Amino acid sequence: MNMETIRELQAYGYILFTIFLAVILYSYLYHLYRDEKTGTRNYEKYSDIALHDNIDDAPVEAISPLNKEKD
Amino acid sequence: MQAKDALNYDYSVAKCFTYATILFGIIGMLIGVVIAYQMAFPELNYLAGEYGTYSRLRPLHTSGVIFGFLLSGIFASWYYIGQRVLKVSMAESKFLMVIGKLHFWIYMIVILTAVVTLFMGVSTSKEYAELEWPLDIAVVVLWVLWGFSIFGLIGIRREKTLYISMWYFIATFLGVAMLYLFNNMEVPTYFVSGVGKWYHSVSMYAGTNDAMVQWWYGHNAVAFVFTVPIIAMIYYFLPKESGQPVFSYKLSLLSFWGLMFVYLWAGGHHLLYSTVPDWVQTMGSIFSVILILPSWGSAINMLLTMKGEWGQLKANPLIKFMVLASTFYMLSTLEGPIQAIKSVNALAHFTDWIPGHVHDGTLGWVGFMLMAALFHMAPRMYKKELYSKKLMEAQFWLQTTGIVMYFTSMWIAGITQGMMWRATDQFGNLAYSFIDTVTVLIPYYSLRATGGLFYLVGFFMFSYNMYKTISAGKAISSEPQNASPMSA
Ligand code: HEM
Ligand SMILES: [Fe+2]
Repeated sequence: MNMETIRELQAYGYILFTIFLAVILYSYLYHLYRDEKTGTRNYEKYSDIALHDNIDDAPVEAISPLNKEKD
Repeated sequence: MQAKDALNYDYSVAKCFTYATILFGIIGMLIGVVIAYQMAFPELNYLAGEYGTYSRLRPLHTSGVIFGFLLSGIFASWYYIGQRVLKVSMAESKFLMVIGKLHFWIYMIVILTAVVTLFMGVSTSKEYAELEWPLDIAVVVLWVLWGFSIFGLIGIRREKTLYISMWYFIATFLGVAMLYLFNNMEVPTYFVSGVGKWYHSVSMYAGTNDAMVQWWYGHNAVAFVFTVPIIAMIYYFLPKESGQPVFSYKLSLLSFWGLMFVYLWAGGHHLLYSTVPDWVQTMGSIFSVILILPSWGSAINMLLTMKGEWGQLKANPLIKFMVLASTFYMLSTLEGPIQAIKSVNALAHFTDWIPGHVHDGTLGWVGFMLMAALFHMAPRMYKKELYSKKLMEAQFWLQTTGIVMYFTSMWIAGITQGMMWRATDQFGNLAYSFIDTVTVLIPYYSLRATGGLFYLVGFFMFSYNMYKTISAGKAISSEPQNASPMSA
């Protein structure tokens, strides 16, 4: 393969890889917002994990129904 | 697990690491100030024979502050934050208590041995990885213990979701494990060929490969020791101290993955214009410029967390420390990408501008955040009010002045130095000899050393404040929800 072809392939590879990464990035963002829209998850409430962190505070999301406490 | 009325978080390991943070902070920064003055006044090299020379002390400074001060601060915060965001006490598991204590004691033995051996001049001569192979193995042991502690605690947690700080702690654990193992692959010469002392070793890699592995490590040590765990801390301590939820939790997740992905590719910026392949250099440069995005993502998220609450900045010195930490984080992650541009690096590399950059990150971002963390934890761990708010304010201003003196003097020194090295006369001969540059730089070295001295004095004020809090602070009856209580 001559140098020119290598350079050309590199350039295509570079563009495709960049597009691929951009797609991943935006899909992740989309995933975050969609989960909130559809009510699967409310990410913002996880901030409360730090704010209500006494040992007897109710967990924001208890690990299993067994440990679930009433708030 | 219903009867947990009497249950409390167990801070005994966090307390041990708190003392270690203060101890190694004093040792590491004191040596730093000494070597800074040595550059301004070379006679100071001869105060203690071979043990007092710059070359002996420099790795002691870096290892002391990074692996002594910073790591124990990270561990202290982990043993504090971990329990709280997982809502489980270490006291609930004998196993985890034993692991925690073992972790602390092995850590102390390793670091103290490191101090002694580095004083003796035992070194692999790899920057930030100077320890010889027996100590490297001990480091692996203590790291594995920390892993047990993290994943053990996660295993018995009550809070299902791992808070964002946990993600960053886990990343620190995994990142350093990987970096450390690969960079410290070494051949013990005595056992392989009978050459040298039994503890002596040489790197398994040679030449350019060694350089690449070394800076893949060195650069990502900045990522996973100077950045990632400090973000873990600020995501907990700033919201908690201010009572404000994180501005955008989603942004914290996005920045997390951004940082993880981008950081690992940027290490090439330490080897620009060296013998490593050109594409590695270009890639390092490009990724460095991109790195500003996830870095500022976290920093801006923290600043916006204070939105509408800026009054707290005046009222609470801890908020001041953390907001300034975050601001210095933005400064160094703006400066870094600039230095990583090839043409800029051609000027900046090997000059004093680099330690300038290093220290607005380490003193401003890392140091301020660590001290704020310890200040925040103290009233909760010891059930005492912080001893003196006035002293804290004075410390804040003294240290901020110190940092500014440090990086401004190094900016000017570095750029002057770089310009003088490359200056030529009309025939293309170098205009200056090396000693010409040294003469010009000496005043800036004095300025820098004095800035460092200010920071050190501030650290003594911090240590004294902590000591008085623990020994003579006013008792508090219940744990403060947010703002840490402090006596005037
Ligand atoms: C976007 C983020 C950053 C980028 C792109 C970056 C880039 C750079 C560059 C280009 C160098 C100089 C390499 C040379 O010419 O020798 C450097 C050195 C250094 N940086 Fe950064 N930096 C960043 C953030 C930080 C932060 C936040 C810290 C510390 C908290 C830090 C600590 C260091 C250290 C310790 C060195 C010196 C390495 C040595 O030569 O021993 N950097 N960085
Ligand atoms: Fe770097």
